[in-house]
Amino acid sequence: MSVDVALFYLFAAMATASAVAMVVNVRNTVAAAMSLVICMVSLAGIYVVLEAHLIAVVQIMVYAGAIVVLFIFVVMLLNLRQDSFPPGRMRGLKFLGSLAGLWFLARFLATQAEYLPQTVALEEGFGGYRHLGMALFTDYLLAFEATSLLLLAAIVGAVILAKRRLDT
Amino acid sequence: MIPIEHVIGLSAILFTVGTLGALTRRNLIVILMSIELMLNAVNLAFVGFARAWGDLGGQIMVLMVITVAAAEVAVGLGIVIAMFRNRDSVNIEDVSLLKW
Repeated sequence: MSVDVALFYLFAAMATASAVAMVVNVRNTVAAAMSLVICMVSLAGIYVVLEAHLIAVVQIMVYAGAIVVLFIFVVMLLNLRQDSFPPGRMRGLKFLGSLAGLWFLARFLATQAEYLPQTVALEEGFGGYRHLGMALFTDYLLAFEATSLLLLAAIVGAVILAKRRLDT
Repeated sequence: MIPIEHVIGLSAILFTVGTLGALTRRNLIVILMSIELMLNAVNLAFVGFARAWGDLGGQIMVLMVITVAAAEVAVGLGIVIAMFRNRDSVNIEDVSLLKW
């Protein structure tokens, strides 16, 4: 087993464990956010192994650096260190439903396994900033500009939602 | 060489864990985190297929998904703050007005 394959399984185990830890941690919201950071960083490691270097950098900057900090900021702003919620209704049923969904995905993957692509050899620099930038600003320029519009709408929406009164 | 089946399998596991969190937790902030986890699982599948085909389209799509996730978190946490101001709680059982 080569180094990158071993790293893939190590990061995969870390990501799964921290994701489960995030979901089952019912007492401390900040600890759940920290588990989410571990999951994001593990996924960034997997992206590096899968030759998506720029995506890995963006993953760490945006997810671990911005989104989770925003979560922790809101948790601390609302002073929610301990949450004491009663258990939800039909918990076992929802758990079984999720497991059934996983079983369905596994069966689907097993039946489609022969149609999955064979892994090809890559050209030099695949997934680096040069290749990705060239693709982003030529073939996918319209989508790129549309995301700028989306971010503008999100900024305006977030300010209006969090504002105390609209007319002042 | 990492088998594509294992990448997609990990993606399916993470998506299931995220679904489970979004369905069973009561804390609105943790539900938003679970949705982030589901988006990340989809990103992992995109990157895996981009590696297998040697096509950059999947990685471009991941950049778009990350942008949408950032916008979603900004608006979602704005809703959380507005809800906390009105109801003094982040329990989703307290905001069931639009539930059937």
